[in-house]
Parts: sequence; C-alpha cells; structure tokens
Amino acid sequence: MSQAVRVITLTMDGREISARGDQTVLQVARENNMYIPTLCHLTGLARVGSCRLCLVEVKGINKLLPACVTRVEEGWEVSLNSERLSKYRKSILELLFSERNHVCAVCVSNGHCELQTLAQTLGMTHVHFAYRYPRLAVDGSHDRFVVDHNRCILCTRCVRVCDEIEGAHTWDLLGRGVNAQVITDLNQPWGESDTCTGCGKCINVCPTGALVEKGKSVREMTKQRQFLPYLTLMRERRW
Amino acid sequence: MAKLLPFRPRIAVGMGTCGTGNGSEGVYHAFADAIDKRGLDIHLARVGCFGFCAQEPLVNVWLPGRPLVILHRVQSQHVDEILDDVMMGNIPTALALCKIEEWDHITAQVKYGTGYANIPSWRDIPFFKGQKKIVLRNCGLINPDDVEEYIAVGGYQSLYNVLIDNRPDVVIEQIKAAKLRGRGGAGFSTGQKWDFLRKAVAEKKFIICNADEGDPGAYMNRNEIESDPHSLLEGMLIAGFLTGATMGIIYVRAEYPLAVHRLERAIEQAKEYGLLGEDILGRGFNFNIELVEGAGAFVCGEETALINSLEGFAGRPRPRPPFPAQKGLWGFPTNINNVETWYNVAPIIARGPAWFTETGSAKSPGTKVFSLVGKVHNTGLVEMPLGTPLKTFVYDIGEGGVGGRAIKSVQTGGPSGGCIPHEMFDTPVDYESLAQLGSIMGSGGMVVMDEDNCMVDVARYFIEFTNSESCGKCVPCRVGLDKSLRILNRITSGAGRMQHMETLEELSRYIRDSSLCGLGQSAPNPVVSTLKSFAEEYRAHIEDHKCPAGVCGVQPVGETA
Repeated sequence: MSQAVRVITLTMDGREISARGDQTVLQVARENNMYIPTLCHLTGLARVGSCRLCLVEVKGINKLLPACVTRVEEGWEVSLNSERLSKYRKSILELLFSERNHVCAVCVSNGHCELQTLAQTLGMTHVHFAYRYPRLAVDGSHDRFVVDHNRCILCTRCVRVCDEIEGAHTWDLLGRGVNAQVITDLNQPWGESDTCTGCGKCINVCPTGALVEKGKSVREMTKQRQFLPYLTLMRERRW
Repeated sequence: MAKLLPFRPRIAVGMGTCGTGNGSEGVYHAFADAIDKRGLDIHLARVGCFGFCAQEPLVNVWLPGRPLVILHRVQSQHVDEILDDVMMGNIPTALALCKIEEWDHITAQVKYGTGYANIPSWRDIPFFKGQKKIVLRNCGLINPDDVEEYIAVGGYQSLYNVLIDNRPDVVIEQIKAAKLRGRGGAGFSTGQKWDFLRKAVAEKKFIICNADEGDPGAYMNRNEIESDPHSLLEGMLIAGFLTGATMGIIYVRAEYPLAVHRLERAIEQAKEYGLLGEDILGRGFNFNIELVEGAGAFVCGEETALINSLEGFAGRPRPRPPFPAQKGLWGFPTNINNVETWYNVAPIIARGPAWFTETGSAKSPGTKVFSLVGKVHNTGLVEMPLGTPLKTFVYDIGEGGVGGRAIKSVQTGGPSGGCIPHEMFDTPVDYESLAQLGSIMGSGGMVVMDEDNCMVDVARYFIEFTNSESCGKCVPCRVGLDKSLRILNRITSGAGRMQHMETLEELSRYIRDSSLCGLGQSAPNPVVSTLKSFAEEYRAHIEDHKCPAGVCGVQPVGETA
C-alpha cells in the first residue's frame, strides 16, 4: 500500500502546524516540541494504546483519542492539555499507583522512574482511591536480573521489546483484568527460562522498578536508555 | 414440504437448550417409544424453540387440513393421552396454548388449515400479541437439522435470486435502503459495512459471524442458531457473494454445545446440497464457512478482540482505527456482524427494502429479538418492531410482575446496559432512545426487576461481571472497575460512606471516556444509571445501613470494617 503521503495542516493547542498525513498525533506533537505524556508507548515498538495517558481531545469528535495510534487529519483542532485531560491523566496515574505496591522511598528506581516522573510532571499530589495492596512475588531466580511484580504497571514494553527486537518472546501476559501479570516462558521462574538470552533490553525499557539488575540498592537502578532511539532501526517497520 | 405438511399427523417437540432443560428430551423419547410400540402412523420431528420459555416444553401437533396447535407444559405422562387424542383425530384441548392457521415465513407462506374455534389463535395470546417474527420466522416450526424443511419454507431462495441476478452493487444498495443496523448493539449500518468490504482491494477478504453471545440473561442468538441454523448460513453466503469475501467464519461460544452441533450439521448438509463450498448452485461462486469455538471470554464479543482470538492470541482488543474493514483477520479486510443481523438478510432480499422499513421506527427499521427475563410473568424470546415502548414489553407481553408485585426497573443491554426506572417506561426501545437514558439496546437482553431486587446489588453484580471479564489491557478498565467493585462491595456490606457515591460517579466517568474498547466504555452504565435513578437506595445502605429490598447483608460499620 504505497500511497503518496499528503501534507496536511491542523492546529494543536491553537498552534498551526503542518504534518504528513501518515503521522500520528504524538509524532507531530513531539516534532513540534509539544508535550503529551506517554507510558506504554516507545517509538520502535508496536503501538498498543493501552495506558491511555496520551488521550487528546479533537474538536467535533466525541471520543478522546489516544495520540500514539491516531493519525492526524486535515483541519483537526487538537487540544493536548485541557483541564479535563489533565484530570483524567492524573486519575490514570492514581489508579496505577494504587493498583500495586509502588513505594518510591524503598524502590531501586527511585529518581529514575517514568511513573514517578510523570506523577511529578502532571502534578499528582495524592491518591484518593483506596490502595489494593496485593501480595505479589519477586522473582530473583535469574543470575543477573530481578522481576518485582509489585512495581509492574503492565505496560507490556518488556513483552514487546523481547518479541519484536530481540526475537526471543520470553515475556508474555498471564491472566486477565487486575490479575494479569507478566510471565517468563510458560510461567516458570525467569532463571529457568530456555528462551531468555539475557540481553537486558527488558530491564532498560521497563519504565519502573519492576525489571531491574540484581544488587542495586534504593535509587541505584539507573536504566541504560541510550539505545532507545535506535529501536526503530533495530527492527523492520511492521505497521 | 411433504415433511412439514405430511399426509399424516405430525408431532414436533421443541428442543432448544431451553426446552431440553425443561424435559423435552424425555417427552420426545416418550413419544418415540409410544409411537413405536403402538405402531402409529405419525410423523415425529424435533424443532427449535418458539420462544415462550415460561410455558416450556412446547409441542406442536398438526393434523392434515387443520391448524397447527401448540401444546404447552407437556410432560412425559401426557404422551399417551396426546397420542390417543391425535389418533382419534382430536386435539388435546386441555394442553393447548394456541393455534396457527397460517404462517408467514417471509420467504414463503404455509397454510396449515382451519378449525378449532375454541382454541385461541397465537395472535390473541398476550405474549405473542404485537410480535412480528422476521428473525424468528422459522424458529420452532421447522426441523433445524433438516435442510429440506428450510428449503420448503423458501430457504436459500434469496441466495439463488442474488446469484442469478448477479448485481451485487444493487443488492448492497437495497440493504442500505432497508437501513438494516447491526443487531449486536452498536447499530452501525450493515449495508455501509458491506460496501466498505466490497470496495476494499485485497487478495483475501473475510466475513465473520459474531456468535459469542455472553450477556447474562440473554440467549437470543443461541435460540436463533439452535432453531434455524440455515438462515445464518444463507445470510453469510449472500454477504459473501456481495462483498467478494473468500471465506466465512462463525465464532460461536463453546458454552453453546447444541448450537455448535446444529451448525456443524447445517454446514454439512448445505455442502451436500451444493449450497456451500465450490461452485455454489452451479453459479461459479466459491465460499466456505468454518466454525470456530470461543474459549469463554466475554471480551471476545468485541470485534478486534474476537479477531485476536481467531488468530490464536489472547482475546485483547486492538485500538481502532485501523478498523477490521481495513485491516482485520490476518491483516485482511474483514466484516463482522452479529448473528441476528444475518437473519434479516434473506427476508430483506425476498420482500425488498420498502417492506422492511414498514416495520419499526424511521431511524431503526425492522424488528429486534429481546430476551425478556427476570421478575415478569411471561418470560421468553420476544421479537418486536423497534421503537415499541418499554411498557408494552413489561405489561402487555410480559403481563406484569410475578404474583402481581410492582415492577421497579428494567435492565437492558446486559452488563453494559443501564437500569431504566419505572417512570421511564414510555421510552421507545431503539438504539438512540436507550442511549439517551444511559443504557444501551445491546444485543437485546431485558431483565425485569421488582421491589425484591436491590439496585445497588444489581450494579455490584454487573460490575463484578465486567471486572472479572476485563482483559486488563488498558488502565481505566482494569484498575477502575476493580476500584468501583470494591466501593460497591463496601456499600452493600454496610461500610459505605457518602463520598463513595461521588467517587463512583467520578470513576465511572473516567472509565467510560478513557477505556480502549466497548467493554470498558460501557461497563459503568449500570452504576451511573442506578446512581441517577435509585440514589435513595444507595443512601439507605450508606446512612441507615439498610437494604430496602432485603438483599444485601448490610451490617453497621464497626462490625465489618
């Protein structure tokens, strides 16, 4: 399907912008240095539109649209940061914080965590939903890495990077609803996984302290994000 | 026709899952044994379900030249008596529910005969009054396991005409003109959908029938398939020809073993008769239909999750666009329609769009099958013109509450629908009016509730359902529904606080507006609609620690906290 790409114009938060018709709202916004919060999205990985943080409003369309998967259209008036959106985004963060046990003070990723940063950026001051405090396991069976399900937000970045870039497909999801959980192979301990190549990409794409290197103490888990801009080059474009 | 109107008496036992559950299997075998033992010349058949669940098991008795008589609540001990009567040329009047003198199968008419002045016509029975059977035109009257009976009532005639005519674009225009809308609940124009698929250029195209009916209390699709599987095949075949699709898939839930069995049999028979497979009806049209059984996830009724499931992945929805018509199954253009939508196809082609738009409302023509269940006197499958007021369903067809109790509310559309209070019963039942009330028509579930139902508990029940069926992909649905359920659990156990009502409303708004798929977007409806119409029940639970209906085990705060 090779189509000549049209150039279109639209406005974002009142600014007139021209873009290519095959770009997503998120791509256009980033090219123009306009901020849309994201969490599950990572350029180069399949787009799943699951965290719902990047929802934007388009005039004349009732539904909120996820910027990461929505292609821009001629004449759209997009609003990226309305009051309603910022309220919804804060709520999503609150829901995430209360879903599992995100205790920043004792987390190895404290200070290097995308969830924490988002909460600070978006001005989330407190969680006004009841915490669930689920009892979740920590799997330290791997030689070098640890998965701490207490910190996992089910963004599935690890699942995608492992499948799409490394080609190992060690990670996948088990169960559904709030009981869903990432698993290695057929839900066996990570250390016993036959498919894991130990490449460590999942550790570095994980936005929180769910996937970390062993032996790190509080605040010590700085992630190696340098390779992220090359993710697109590392795979064939699949969409 | 000789099977439907033989030269000897015909006895047909209604054997859908519903009839079987009420003992029709035993009745059938009692008839078979007795006929065998007594060496009687009677044609015994199995048919599907006529829809009047409260009166099951139903048995049709027909004597040549006389009307078809439907007997109700037949048990094995009645068999001998019925056979005695029939052999004497009589009808067991005591068991008779109603008679049918002639029947409009839409695709053909059947005249049974006249007589029996003392038995009411089926049209005069309150439960059937006002019903218009288009979708259910064959249900309960023909043997679903016998393609010949289907052909006898005009089946596959529409397919034949479409193939002979060979003007697909004209027929699609007709479907558009009939304004047939998707019967799965969203109500999108079927003709338009088919047009998308027809215009899509690809090496393969798929059409899918969504038979993953999962709403609690809804069983329209099950009965349609069990009673008349060939209508479904015909609808899909016609669409296959019109849109240039190369294959059809029926995604049916595995919890419907009888429906699966009858479909398998129907597909086999259709192949034998040259109606399916290669060179259909000698017109060079190739089309196959495959059956896929679902694995029991409610969310797989959502079309993109259904496609994921067909591809062998877990049933999790994908963002749309791209819509299935652009990129569906295995990346090819795909059209998905609900079971009931397919049943409307052959009639529209047989009688034309003008006939179809005569019934129903201007925006939503035609009929819709509803499963009327709950605390209502007459329960069953009801096919009514769209736009019929809700009160007609409850008070005329349903004949009011059980034991004369006052009816409080009707819940429409399954777990994604809302509760419509008694004061709103004048509302016409169609896509738009129900949506305005914060409910949906959905696939046609209608649960009637009386004063013994606690509305908070109803909301809690449905949220428990959607929460356990949420796939967990997007955050608002996964975590938000869990939060809502926890709050509702607190309220029904007596540990609620007044601010919980506000939190529930707020949560519901987030979930509705920001969820990825239809499940999440509509899941808060039961909460929102009960908060709006039955706020005083919530207050009674929270402030007085009382459940007005006496359903919830509410206890003072201290004891449960």
